[in-house]
Amino acid sequence: MLFSEAMSTGFFNLAPLVVLFPGIGLLFNMVFGGRLPEKVVGWVASLAVGAAFVISILLAVSLSAIHGHAEIVSVTEWMSIGSLHLDWAFRVDTLSVAMMLMVSGVGTLIHIYAIGYMHEDVRFKGDPTRFQRFFVFMNLFIAMMMILVSGDNYLMLFVGWEGVGLCSFLLIGFWYDLDILGRPSLENAKAANKAFIANRIGDFGFLIASFLIFTYLGSLQFDLVFAEVEHVAQPVILTITLFMLLGVVGKSAQIPLFVWLPDAMAGPTPVSALIHAATMVTAGVYLVARSAPLYGTVPAAQEIVALIGAVTALFAATIAVAQYDIKRVLAYSTISQLGFMVAAVGMGAYAAGMFHLVMHAFFKALLFLSAGSVILGIERGYHAMSHGKKGHGFHHTDDEVFNPNDMRNMGGLKDRMPVTFWVYLAGTLALAGIPPFAGFWSKDEILLDASLHYPVVYWLLTAAAFMTAFYMGRQVWLVFFGKSRHEAAEKAEESPRIITAPLVILAGLSVLGGVLNLPHFHTLGHWLEYTLGELRISEFSWLMAGQATLIALFAIFLAWLLYGRREQAANEPDALKKLLGPAFVVFEHMYWIDEGYAAVFINRYKDLARFLAEVIDGRFWHDWLHDSVLAAGFGKLARFLADPVDLGLIDGIANGLADLTQWVASRLRRFQNGFVRSYALSVLLGVVLILGYLLFR
Amino acid sequence: MAVDFELIMFFILAGVGIGTAAGMLLSRSAVYSALFLVLNFGAVAGFYLFLNAPFIAMAQITVYAGAIMVLFLFVIMLLGAEKLTPPEVLPWQRPLAVVLAGILILEAAYLLFLRTPGLGEIQMPGFGPDTSPAAIGAILFGKYLLPFEITSVLLLTAMVGAIVLVRPRKQGGGQE
Amino acid sequence: MVPIEYYLILSVVLFAMGAAGVLARRNALIIFMSIELMLNAANLAFVTFARQYGQLDGQVFVFFVIAAAAAEVAVGLALIVMIFRSKHSIDVDQMSSLRE
Repeated sequence: MLFSEAMSTGFFNLAPLVVLFPGIGLLFNMVFGGRLPEKVVGWVASLAVGAAFVISILLAVSLSAIHGHAEIVSVTEWMSIGSLHLDWAFRVDTLSVAMMLMVSGVGTLIHIYAIGYMHEDVRFKGDPTRFQRFFVFMNLFIAMMMILVSGDNYLMLFVGWEGVGLCSFLLIGFWYDLDILGRPSLENAKAANKAFIANRIGDFGFLIASFLIFTYLGSLQFDLVFAEVEHVAQPVILTITLFMLLGVVGKSAQIPLFVWLPDAMAGPTPVSALIHAATMVTAGVYLVARSAPLYGTVPAAQEIVALIGAVTALFAATIAVAQYDIKRVLAYSTISQLGFMVAAVGMGAYAAGMFHLVMHAFFKALLFLSAGSVILGIERGYHAMSHGKKGHGFHHTDDEVFNPNDMRNMGGLKDRMPVTFWVYLAGTLALAGIPPFAGFWSKDEILLDASLHYPVVYWLLTAAAFMTAFYMGRQVWLVFFGKSRHEAAEKAEESPRIITAPLVILAGLSVLGGVLNLPHFHTLGHWLEYTLGELRISEFSWLMAGQATLIALFAIFLAWLLYGRREQAANEPDALKKLLGPAFVVFEHMYWIDEGYAAVFINRYKDLARFLAEVIDGRFWHDWLHDSVLAAGFGKLARFLADPVDLGLIDGIANGLADLTQWVASRLRRFQNGFVRSYALSVLLGVVLILGYLLFR
Repeated sequence: MAVDFELIMFFILAGVGIGTAAGMLLSRSAVYSALFLVLNFGAVAGFYLFLNAPFIAMAQITVYAGAIMVLFLFVIMLLGAEKLTPPEVLPWQRPLAVVLAGILILEAAYLLFLRTPGLGEIQMPGFGPDTSPAAIGAILFGKYLLPFEITSVLLLTAMVGAIVLVRPRKQGGGQE
Repeated sequence: MVPIEYYLILSVVLFAMGAAGVLARRNALIIFMSIELMLNAANLAFVTFARQYGQLDGQVFVFFVIAAAAAEVAVGLALIVMIFRSKHSIDVDQMSSLRE
């Protein structure tokens, strides 16, 4: 095939390959992975995702050649039931290609990183055989995510939606039987269940929304659905969008279903980066953007979405300031940033929301991966420490409780892990929204839009942005500056190049990513307009930008005041705790949301279950119905059958038959007496009888 | 209806036949039984003559009354006319045998006289086909050649078998 | 003029007497003779039918029966001699070892 020729017709027919390549990768690793060296397994998986990335680029090029008109590549008919006709079709438009590029691009880097990370992780946990499984799951995730973003109808989107949920479950529970130090524990499995169940609640909403869409709009195919929106009553659309919102808050970890995401950090760090920061959790944002024609018609729904996003952004940010686990901080930060995106798409600022989604994918993946690098460094230090100790015969009481994720065990890593430090700093500044880093441009656009249209949202988000800058500053001071607060941190070592190389690339993207959608140019915004229609693009405001920057800088300064100026001792309470007192405790315990849910929902649910089990099932069903009615009835029937029927009749027949047989046998035995004359007699008897029969019949 | 000479002859012969048969059955001595049987065979041979079967009648006299019965007598003499002594171990055997035989006769009589239409009658000097030994020989060596030859094999086998069976065994030795 | 039924019933009577003899007597030799009697009864029936239908085949059959009877007597008497040698008896009731 000539390249120029392909340029004119486009590479759209290659669209299925974005799913197929990771699929091939996972099948290959599934079948042959066990016999191949780790490097091959890892690189095959990475190349599979990289190939998908290349295809995504070709699609993007083809798309720009035809000025962004959506192309639909139908592979095969999926189902045709009554009026429901669905194809297994890939939708190549600017929105889906943007997502594809982000997913496969970031995915490739994280895969490469994971080769190095998992190599050490599986050895630290003591089960190297799981290396292969990890990459199979990761490829499966990429394939599912690609289905999610490229599907041409809600049902295909749902397939991907459920698929990534499954992969999330599998990967959160990757060390389902081990804790962070490789000791037997079921905490990770519980976290996986929690994520799965919380997502299930959301999926239920999405499913209901899909049913409603099919019922009232007559199809599930995007174009047909959106064409019908005008002809359907507003309340119906409102109901649909709100049910869909339930799916969004489940998948994108918004209030009230965000509780699963912090626990999801139980998965290996590349998983946290890929699934629980960059890609899967943004599926909710993508869904709202994809369903823009639906949300566009009901302002009420938009407001609810925007408010939920904004409240979540602030709420999660406040929790993040009081966390000690380096990944938990990032997890709450992710929830918070997802709140920004959800608020943006809720306000109708789809370009800003998608822009922030992509930028966030860059810097949050970077932060997670760097955090992973930090954790590995600490683990290496811990390892070195334990080995050193054996020689001295020195017993350390902290051994049992040492947590390599705990920032209180870190400090001073700046010099020991310089590459990690610099890329972490880049990510931090991007997240805090310091110009000219990527996060600044995207966050600024959201804030700008909010300030013009939704003042409440604006104030909530600004407060969240302040918090964001603060907790990131706190994290950097605690982790990289000051003195090491634990022996393991003192012995920490820099990670190998296979880990740092992706970090550097991601750091570059975090620094420069903003060029994608600079003010006055709005490259991404105009790109998305092909799909989402005329977008509201607010013009850059120096006032807003300056305001936001100042707030962020002030927050970082505050963090320095508390954590940087004076060194924090190992066992000293958190500096902020002294300042905020009880509020800090509230934040630290995440507002007791888990406990609250446990009290309000889970325990009630358990009570209901117990009620059903003990009263309905136990007392009513078993004790009364079974024991009294059924068992007693059966008992009587059985006794009747046993005594008169069985003993009397059946046994009578059986024994009677036996007796009869015995009697007949005892009679017949006389014939078998060995006397040949008797035998001859019976022959004659037979002759007489047969002749008699023939005569008198 | 005049007294039929042929019928009288038949009844006389039948009386002899049945009487000698009964004598054979009832006599205590095997020798008497054998002699009664010879008489019986003679009576039956008479019937054969009535029935226009002179060759069979002659064969009956020579083979049965002559050869077979002489063989019987030889054996009887050889073994000694043994007197069997009670106790009878099968007390019901004898009455049952008689009853069953009676029933068999009654059934046959019922069949012949009540169920079957008249089969016709037979005239003593007999017309009908040529039943000379020449005619019998012709059919025996024509139509029934194969069974005839098989019969010869059967007789040979019986002869060899009888000789082998009664051959005196050598003490402690096997065959040969 | 003798009705054919007479011949046949005579045949049956002789046959039944032979059968009764086989069943009632214990002496193996008498039993053998009774069997000969039964064969004779059958032969009589054969010849009667041959006469009635004007066919020689019945008589030929009787010839075969006589030959078979001769063979049977030869072997049977040999057996009786053998049995007498081992058991010193020709009482068939003594020959009941088949029972066990």
